Amino acid sequence: MSTAETPREARRDTAQYGVCGFLAVVGALVIVDAARIQHIANSNDPIGPKPVPIVLGVLLLVVAVLYAVDVARGGTGEAEEGEDVDVTSAIDWRTVLLLIAAFVVNLVLIDPLGWVISGTLLFWGSAFALGSRHHIRNVFIAVALSLITFYAFAIGLGVNLPAGVLQGIL
Amino acid sequence: MDNLTNLLNGFGDVLTPINLLLALLGVTVGTAVGVLPGIGPAMTVALLLPITYGLEPVQAFIMFAGIFYGGMYGGSTTSILLNTPGESSSVVTAIEGNKMARAGRAAQALATAAIGSFVAGTIGTLLLVLVAPQVVKFAISLGAPDYLAIMLLAFAGATSVLGSSRIRGFAALLLGLVIGLVGIDKVTGQQRLTLGIPQLADGIDVVVVAVGIFAVGEALWVAAHLRRNPGTVIPVGRPWMGKSDWRRSWKPWLRGTAYGFPIGALPAGGAEIPTFLSYATEKKLSKHPEEFGHGAIEGVAGPEAANNASAAGTLVPMLALGLPTNATAAVMLAAFTSYGIQPGPLLFQREPKLVWALIASLFIGNLFLLLLNLPLAPAWAKLLQIPRPYLYAGIIFFASMGAYAVNAQPLDLLLLLVLGLLGFAMRRFGLPVLPLIIGVILGPIAERQARMALQLSNGDVSGLIGGPVAYVIYAVILVMIAWPLIAKLRRKIMTKDVVYTG
Repeated sequence: MSTAETPREARRDTAQYGVCGFLAVVGALVIVDAARIQHIANSNDPIGPKPVPIVLGVLLLVVAVLYAVDVARGGTGEAEEGEDVDVTSAIDWRTVLLLIAAFVVNLVLIDPLGWVISGTLLFWGSAFALGSRHHIRNVFIAVALSLITFYAFAIGLGVNLPAGVLQGIL
Repeated sequence: MDNLTNLLNGFGDVLTPINLLLALLGVTVGTAVGVLPGIGPAMTVALLLPITYGLEPVQAFIMFAGIFYGGMYGGSTTSILLNTPGESSSVVTAIEGNKMARAGRAAQALATAAIGSFVAGTIGTLLLVLVAPQVVKFAISLGAPDYLAIMLLAFAGATSVLGSSRIRGFAALLLGLVIGLVGIDKVTGQQRLTLGIPQLADGIDVVVVAVGIFAVGEALWVAAHLRRNPGTVIPVGRPWMGKSDWRRSWKPWLRGTAYGFPIGALPAGGAEIPTFLSYATEKKLSKHPEEFGHGAIEGVAGPEAANNASAAGTLVPMLALGLPTNATAAVMLAAFTSYGIQPGPLLFQREPKLVWALIASLFIGNLFLLLLNLPLAPAWAKLLQIPRPYLYAGIIFFASMGAYAVNAQPLDLLLLLVLGLLGFAMRRFGLPVLPLIIGVILGPIAERQARMALQLSNGDVSGLIGGPVAYVIYAVILVMIAWPLIAKLRRKIMTKDVVYTG
């Protein structure tokens, strides 16, 4: 990627210690989980299912420490760039949280209400979160997308998408 | 000549009206989705997976071939017409391509990219036909320790990509390996990391991981940093090239192909290195070096060809060894496994029909791509103006649909969200996503090979190291790991002139 330095990176990125912490927690979790596995070894499988997770857990702990050392020495990861990404701006948490909310609504409602309704809410909610304010137009687009995907995939191609409460109507 | 017969049979299977239609559909949809800003080839394949769920494997593969090349080409259109590159492999294309477009030569830039991609893709696929069966022949003689070594090489290659932090790459790899652990151990039936959730016993579906990390993670990341004034799209007419453009393009195409295919075919290759090499070479050989940096056509022709040839090259380890070396190949492999097809040397013996149909459709997809892209370029350019809220809402919408469709369980959507947040955090902290996805796919296979190797040696650890092939591979891995040290030494020796490529 590009080697351009943004002025923001001149400051210490201490949030990186959070990544180290996360890696350490995952490592510990993997080891604890592996410790619970009963040791079954036979001639077909001399080492059993235990050693690999233990090795991975230990490596995660080691990497967490090395990562922390790298951060302490001033190491930073370069945030990913892209066509629509402006890395110099601060993270817009409101948008991210609203997107997650739209996502969760779909996840909760997809089985009881069906894809057409939950998908509509998902698209409309995501577009809203991303700053689109054409509410009525967005409803039409969302409904159209959900219906088209439902008919094309669930009915046309036999893909698993629930009809939910609209069973029999669609 | 056996291969040629096989290939002709492959064409025979593919050349039916319905299959050609599927190939055309794959290329069109692949390009259309690949053109959209923020969607690279890997995400294109991941998002379009559900389309193929209802098809027979052969037909699905025909469509994949089209989506694969379409997604690749779509990406380069974006980087030429918009001023910021999406993929690391199209960074170079963007340097000269966008300059050309701004100087009013967008049509020529797109034309040399399209024709160069076709030339490189065709030659690359031909080389694939010749090389892959040889690799298979060689691979069949390999034992479990050798495979383990190859997997470790792929891990080392993915984590030590040029210019990125190794510790971050390694952290990503380990996270991927841990995700790969989740589920019932195939040998003993013991549950690992399932947290008592029955649906996790089968493991986390690779498709869910790929869509979560690539699509949802990317959408969340872009949403957090959305440019309020998206880059200006340069209007373009129908791509064409004048005589002098042809004269200046054909050699870079061939040289780019020569860099791209072999490097792409290496287990630790990738597309970045050949595109940069090609760019540097063209700059050196050009009769118009002063044009570089201001829109030199050679600087688009060479790297684009290198990019496409390396994509064909990555199919060699992917098909012959079951080894994905870039993100797109990783997602394709995930797709294959979801059909219950395990790429690797045995695939050529067990499912020759499938393999050769896939290869034949790569040729056809490539041809369609050329026929389609020259006239449709202005339409693709319009796609770049899609309002961003719709674009990213659409990505989340299709990602959710695709992930749900895998197993029809809402839990997968929760996993998708968690993985999306992980992908978001990785982008924020500069952790590369490729090692993670490679870890998820290859981790379980590497573990199986290791345990098989130990079984053969009755638990003796020396059984892990294996024969001469493994020794060579471990030597390569050592060099790769020690490379920063070696490079530092070299720099000390030649401090006079620091050569900086790219």
